[in-house]
Amino acid sequence: MSALELDAVTKEHPGTPPVVALNSVTLTIGEGEMVAVVGPSGSGKSTLLAVAGTLERPTSGEVRIGGAAVQDLPDNKLSGVRSNQIGFVFQQYFLVPTMTTLDNVANGLLYRGIPAADRRRAAMDAIEAVGLRHRSNHRPGELSGGECQRVAIARAIVGQPTIILADEPTGSLDTATGQEILALLHELHDRDTTIVVVTHNREIADVMPRRISLRDGAIEQDSAAP
Amino acid sequence: MKPWRRRESDARTNPQSRLRTADIWPLAVLGLRGRPARAVLSAAGVALGVATMVAVLGISSSSRAQLVTEIDALGTNLLTVTPGQSFGGQSVTLPKSAPAMVARIGPVLGASAIGDVSANVYRSNYISPANTEAITIYAANTNLLSTLQGSISQGQFLNGATSHYPAVVLGAAAAAALGIDRADGSTVVWLGNQWFNVVGILQPLALAPELDRTALIGFPVAETVLHADGSPVQIYVRTNPTSVAAVQSVLAATADPAAPQDASVANPTDALTARADASAAFQSLFLALGAVALIVGGIGIANVMVIAVLERRGEIGLRRALGAERAHIGIQFVAEAALLAAIGGTSGSILGAAATATYATARHWHTVVSLPLLLAAIALALLVGATAGLYPALRASRLSPSEALRT
Repeated sequence: MSALELDAVTKEHPGTPPVVALNSVTLTIGEGEMVAVVGPSGSGKSTLLAVAGTLERPTSGEVRIGGAAVQDLPDNKLSGVRSNQIGFVFQQYFLVPTMTTLDNVANGLLYRGIPAADRRRAAMDAIEAVGLRHRSNHRPGELSGGECQRVAIARAIVGQPTIILADEPTGSLDTATGQEILALLHELHDRDTTIVVVTHNREIADVMPRRISLRDGAIEQDSAAP
Repeated sequence: MKPWRRRESDARTNPQSRLRTADIWPLAVLGLRGRPARAVLSAAGVALGVATMVAVLGISSSSRAQLVTEIDALGTNLLTVTPGQSFGGQSVTLPKSAPAMVARIGPVLGASAIGDVSANVYRSNYISPANTEAITIYAANTNLLSTLQGSISQGQFLNGATSHYPAVVLGAAAAAALGIDRADGSTVVWLGNQWFNVVGILQPLALAPELDRTALIGFPVAETVLHADGSPVQIYVRTNPTSVAAVQSVLAATADPAAPQDASVANPTDALTARADASAAFQSLFLALGAVALIVGGIGIANVMVIAVLERRGEIGLRRALGAERAHIGIQFVAEAALLAAIGGTSGSILGAAATATYATARHWHTVVSLPLLLAAIALALLVGATAGLYPALRASRLSPSEALRT
């Protein structure tokens, strides 16, 4: 079963003339794959991530997550898909400054209807997985940028989603810290997590097992393509 | 490090978002903790409105309770009989025998009359006759004070002896108006063109405040010296407390058997209570002011929440990405607004109750602040807050997740 499939997905942003952000993109990402989506700014990477993550609906085409088509689901079902099947990692971390690492990570399960104690227990496992056990009671203000991004990654994996979508996860970090984050993503990948990293940084893409480059909303090259 | 493996979860087969009720309030608290100063300030507006309303209601109920206590202490079994007006509109008089007749009704414990005296009282014979100080002279029975359960502050009330001589007892306000504060027999006033000895000064009479600005002399001296006709203008009747209604129904016919329709019977307690209720109507103005303050507080909360929605687009986007439904975002913001208002309502209730207690204590009243009033005030604040939160919550829930994340 594939984790994510896009079938002839087109996304137009309204305007005169309409802006075509994605132009009939078809791709399949299998379970346990690690993929980099690269391209210059304006190439449609972020739109691809938003559509794949059900944050936006495609104008046409089909999006399947874990084998189920989601493009026509009502808004609250899409929320359900996100809370259960998708983990997001953003460039800006989006951590709650008044919450500890543990609670920030536990937030990843908030909309699953899981009791707080169980959320914390699962969060502790995820924190260990990203190597931040010693920081579990610190607040974001007391953490380095790299550590903050680790917290955000732990929050993304705590719900054991079908797929992790990372949008420029190293964009706010210096090179060395960025490498550490990439190493962590690789480590998670080695343990069967499906990861899609969107980046404009070729160096990062080059170390990924599979690279998809976008240009003008269309796939220019896919390293897995025959 | 433990291996991190994905597991298939039940949720995957039926993906749905769910926010536990138990998680809503921590979310609201979290939102307010992010901006504590702003939370305090916007809650203060609601607190002010609630405090005003609670204090107005508390003070008025304390004052009313105090009045009821005072009236109860004096007894609610006092009735009055006054000559009414005849059918033609002329004023009529009660028969001279009326007090004695009334006193013979079984459950009547005491009856006492006052009668008109056409004279004025002055501090001395040098005072201009026009300067009456609005003091009325009445002839009074010697048992008047005991019937009214009033008390004397100086000297003594009229008795069988002083009733026959030029002796006068002054009401509290009358004594103050004449500038007399001693009744040891050495003070005289110029009353009906002759000197009267001031033998007593009364305390204010709670059940008969109309007598506070009067000078009382005996019926015998009024008739012999000042040519009063001796007919009663008002009879005070103290009855057995269990038979007030029964006595009230026969009083007119007993006082004036020939023309019972000319005698009007009243219970002064009713009049006093009615007066207290009338002054309560005045408080509706202050209540309205409190309500306006509460609404302004609510608008303040709405304002603050709209700003919060603008500032927290990133947080909203993240929550949508984590799987929050539109409704979950909306509930979070309504809960925040309601919590703000509840904090304001609770502190306002405490403030209002404290103001009531301070005011009541200063006046030596019992503080009456009912728990239902406080709970109603908090509930009202909660309602105002939740209503104020509706519009910001709607805006927050309508944000598109991808746009919200693009901060």
